[in-house]
Order: sequence, then structure tokens, then C-alpha cells
Amino acid sequence: MLNPDVLKARIEAALPGAEVELRDTTGTGDHFEARVVSPTFDGLSMVQQHQQVYGPLQDVLQTGELHALALKTYTPEQWSKVKR
Amino acid sequence: MIDDTLKARFDKEISENPIVIYMKGSALFPQCGFSAKAVSLLQPLGKLYTVNVLAEPAVRDGIKAYSNWPTIPQVYIRGKFVGGSDIVAELAERGELEALVKG
Repeated sequence: MLNPDVLKARIEAALPGAEVELRDTTGTGDHFEARVVSPTFDGLSMVQQHQQVYGPLQDVLQTGELHALALKTYTPEQWSKVKR
Repeated sequence: MIDDTLKARFDKEISENPIVIYMKGSALFPQCGFSAKAVSLLQPLGKLYTVNVLAEPAVRDGIKAYSNWPTIPQVYIRGKFVGGSDIVAELAERGELEALVKG
């Protein structure tokens, strides 16, 4: 069982300035969805953006503690367009 | 690790074909819902070159090491790794997929 606040903190620590919104989709502490808005995504492809988020979570992904993380990533500029 | 022969083959397939999908099944008969989704989103945008990883276990493992990405399908557009079905769907939704293909 993973604590969503811990996951959120780990992503934020790895991506300075990121805004992370995390939701436990099944209530079982192993399936999450996340929206990450970060200035460090600027100029990266979506795959590279996702890899930046998976990076700090490698250990829990490999042990299966974190079974699934559905990701949506945006640069601040992209996010300001989506929000409108 | 990935052996040189396999790496050379991927390099060639990806550089010579504008849209490449490593998938389960064929474009005509996908054998997985995620692969089917990637095909259906990309088919309208151009000619697809697909590789059935179920027919070639070495390719199934090799392509994951090649891209450092853990899942199938894997989509390559104009020589670049784009992602799996989720990313392709998200790009389509944001209206960015066609631009990637057109370059």
C-alpha cells in the first residue's frame, strides 16, 4: 500500500517546480493516476516527459508496489491552454 | 542488453518507414486492444509498417530494451520513439499526432 502523499513528494523532488495531482483510482494504494505540470518538460517529447516521472519511482514500479500509474503530462504553457 | 543484429534491424526499420508499430498481431488482425487502438489512430494518417512481436519473441524483448520502455505496442514516427497507445491517444486528443506524422 503506497501513500499518495509520498509518491507526490517524490515526483515533486525529482522535478523542481512541478505541480502534481495524484489520485488513487482503485482505493487499493497501488493504482494511481497523475497529472504532472512541470517547466522541466519544455522541449521534451511526451515519452521523455513520462520517463522523467517514472524515473524517481523505478524501485516501487519494479517491486510491483506501484502496479499502475496513468500519466498526463503538460508544460505550464500546454496546461494553461487545457484549463481554459 | 540488445544484440547488434537486432539493433541494426530496428535502426533500419525505423529509419526507412515513417510510421512503425511494434505490436501484438497485425494491422488487419490486432491481438491486443492497446495494439488495435494504436493502429486505428494511425491508420488514417499514412502507411503503417507493423511488426508482430508475438511471432518473434526476440523482437518482443529486444524492442523494450531498445527504447527503454516496458510495454507493447511501441510507435515510432519519422525515426523517433513516440510511445505506447496511451501517449498516441493523448497526442491525437491534443491534435498533435498528425503534425508529428507530417513533420
